[in-house]
Amino acid sequence: MNDVPATHSWRRFTPAQRLARFTVYLAIVAAIVTSIQTVEIIPEFLSDAPEQVADLLRRMWPIDVAYYPKGVHAALMETIHIASLGTLLALILALPVGILAAHNVCPFTPVNLVAKLILVSSRSVNSLVWALLFVGIFGPGALAGTLAIAFRSIGFVGKLFGEALEETSRGSIEALAAAGAPWASRLSFGYWPQVKPSFWSIALFRWDINVRESAVLGLVGAGGIGMTLDSALNLFQWNRVATILAAIFFVVILAELAVTFVRKRII
Amino acid sequence: MVTSTAHRLAVLRPNRWARLGALLLLAYVIYATAQMDVSWERVAAGLHNAAHFLNRLFPPNFSRWELLSKGLLESLEIAVLASTLGIVLSLPLGFIAARNLMPGWASWPARLVIVSARSFHPVIVAIVFVKAVGFGALAGILALTVASIGFIGKLFAEAIEEISLKQVEAVRATGASFMGIVAIAVLPQVFARFIGFCTYQLDSNLRNSTMVGIVGAGGIGGTLFAAFQRFDYDYVCAILISIIALIMIGEMVATYVRAIFIDGMTFAEMFHRRLSALGTRPERRFDDE
Repeated sequence: MNDVPATHSWRRFTPAQRLARFTVYLAIVAAIVTSIQTVEIIPEFLSDAPEQVADLLRRMWPIDVAYYPKGVHAALMETIHIASLGTLLALILALPVGILAAHNVCPFTPVNLVAKLILVSSRSVNSLVWALLFVGIFGPGALAGTLAIAFRSIGFVGKLFGEALEETSRGSIEALAAAGAPWASRLSFGYWPQVKPSFWSIALFRWDINVRESAVLGLVGAGGIGMTLDSALNLFQWNRVATILAAIFFVVILAELAVTFVRKRII
Repeated sequence: MVTSTAHRLAVLRPNRWARLGALLLLAYVIYATAQMDVSWERVAAGLHNAAHFLNRLFPPNFSRWELLSKGLLESLEIAVLASTLGIVLSLPLGFIAARNLMPGWASWPARLVIVSARSFHPVIVAIVFVKAVGFGALAGILALTVASIGFIGKLFAEAIEEISLKQVEAVRATGASFMGIVAIAVLPQVFARFIGFCTYQLDSNLRNSTMVGIVGAGGIGGTLFAAFQRFDYDYVCAILISIIALIMIGEMVATYVRAIFIDGMTFAEMFHRRLSALGTRPERRFDDE
């Protein structure tokens, strides 16, 4: 005998929610339509594309394997060094900032906000931009690349590490505090064992990303394989470009396999 | 007393493997630093340089704001179009790559496409597209589309692989067609996460669309790099400030879109808790690249 009128229709969202969703859909469509209308695309270039791709592949094809030991290997190693040293430096710098950003470890809101500001500004600048800035300061070379990788990674590592700290359970920390343990001991025996797995997993994940990113830093002069790639591109030596791209591909796949392996073994 | 000392030692006992690891790491750091010819003189000279460099960076010079806003707008267009194309293409690809819905002969090729789309940095992909379709925004759009396919395709396939098969079974029992199962039993389970991936990818594309210009693929990056090579540092500073502002606005919009679709937020609520709404945990386990 429930008086639900036959005409009543059930709806999942309230009218206000539907309005909000509809506005987003409208905005998306409007953005796409205006972008299509205003973006500058030259149709001749588009129709020419298949021919250009065929030409590119023809020029790339006998890939210049002999060039690898001469010109690529050292630069590739430098890229890996940039990624690894940059990640290490970032880990060292991000640890204190992450700790200061976690409200339960460092219960001073102004300090938290300053730490979060550091993390946000590190993340909102692309690693290529960091590289440009450090090339401006230290001149071209691997030093600028390493610092660029490090400064871009601080925000990433610090943010995730701070969040891991905030998600720790309070039991063991309260026990330590009740026993009269000072702040440093609570940190190393209460918090650290709980966040250790996520810390190493963040570090590995960032290293994997950094291997990819350090390969392009050379395009702005910050060392590594990108510089070799840049000069090969400028000289239109496409078969050398193909060698370099193959080398980068290989290293990226190897890094991903290594990270998967280590993660399974350690964590 | 004795027991407590013994216990203390057990906690503090050094781990032999950890020590070995730390030693190896130290050796590597020394070796790698030596390889890269980083010396203290160079660092010191750089630090001396830094003051000079920062002096020339400030105050930012916004006098060429027309060129600046044109570049930013083009970056925005690249990001919007690349995200749209990428999402449209990665939907079917992600479906085919999900191993719980598709047979192996279909999912492996799709996974291969997704993995290879992910393995190069968008800027490197942009180099290849600049050769293929010439300088300009189109190369940037295509490069970021490839990046979007790699990212959304992978996460979408993983999200589908994690769905509960009970609902699929229930819908199948009613005699629904394959498309019916997909629409009623699969998509609703992954919709919220899908919105998360898409807004994240839009955000990431916006970041990268300001950079692909370095290799000539359109957007503000070309202007930035040209200004940098001309030592036009106060203009570089103006461009950087604008890029960071654009990215932060993009991040804010993405947070609101997530709040509307995932938490069912309305405009009235948004108005009331404008600041606390930004505290909702977005899907941000992966940063970009």
